[in-house]
Amino acid sequence: MAGFDPQWFATRGFGGHGAALGMRYHAHGDDWAELALPYDERLIGDPASGVIASGPIITMMDMATSLAIWIKRNAFVPHATLDLRVDYLRPATPGKTVIGRGECYRITRSIAFVRGQAHDGDPADPLAHVAGTFMVVGDVAGMGLNRRTEA
Amino acid sequence: MTIGLPPYAKILRVSVEAEDGAPPVLLMPFADDVLGRPGFLHGGAISGLLEMAAIAALQHALEAEGGADARIKPVNVTVDFMRGGRDKPTRATGVVTRLGNRVANVEATAWQDEREKPIAAARMNYLIVRD
Repeated sequence: MAGFDPQWFATRGFGGHGAALGMRYHAHGDDWAELALPYDERLIGDPASGVIASGPIITMMDMATSLAIWIKRNAFVPHATLDLRVDYLRPATPGKTVIGRGECYRITRSIAFVRGQAHDGDPADPLAHVAGTFMVVGDVAGMGLNRRTEA
Repeated sequence: MTIGLPPYAKILRVSVEAEDGAPPVLLMPFADDVLGRPGFLHGGAISGLLEMAAIAALQHALEAEGGADARIKPVNVTVDFMRGGRDKPTRATGVVTRLGNRVANVEATAWQDEREKPIAAARMNYLIVRD
């Protein structure tokens, strides 16, 4: 297996929709990844308040949880989002960068279970909570052997 | 009536296709800016489209009962992805299953070729703040 380096992946650029939103790599561990979404007026969902739309936050959490799965499997292999639930705990503060943290806490032969939170500066004051599942394809048998340990 | 789309709609290139007395149908063309893995729509872009369709349906329902100036606050969304979004236009529309005084339950569906074969569907709960 070729392995998976999220930093390398991110420095190549997310391309497509992630690039259009201005999404960036922030940090990762052995089963989690954090992305950053800098404030941008193009992302506004409520012109009266300047609060960004919820769509970009879903996109970031979908991507952060995806990265967490590739990190945990240590392989860049296809998977498909089965479902994603987002609770909007509070609006994002206009002007602030939103950090999205995705974690893959369990993988079976077919399904990856993920969860995550988004905040805009204080992880103890999250603005969104996410839970979801992905269909995984390919061989996950070697996952434990290839698991990354460095942060 | 005219549905107001936020700045974020421009990134998705979303437009209102039809709103002749029914909840609006939104149209999102296939473009690089909504791409996920090569050749497929990003799940986040599909989710964004579904949420906009849900809010448009809710605005439509609020206007029909004379409460157009109520504010809409999203509580949560659950999106189910049924099929990959391919290189073609995507449409989405919402259905308000219940509009209460404080809470609205809304469902939205996105499809490409046939409405009966959705690529994704979502359920949302919204808080309604009436002045």
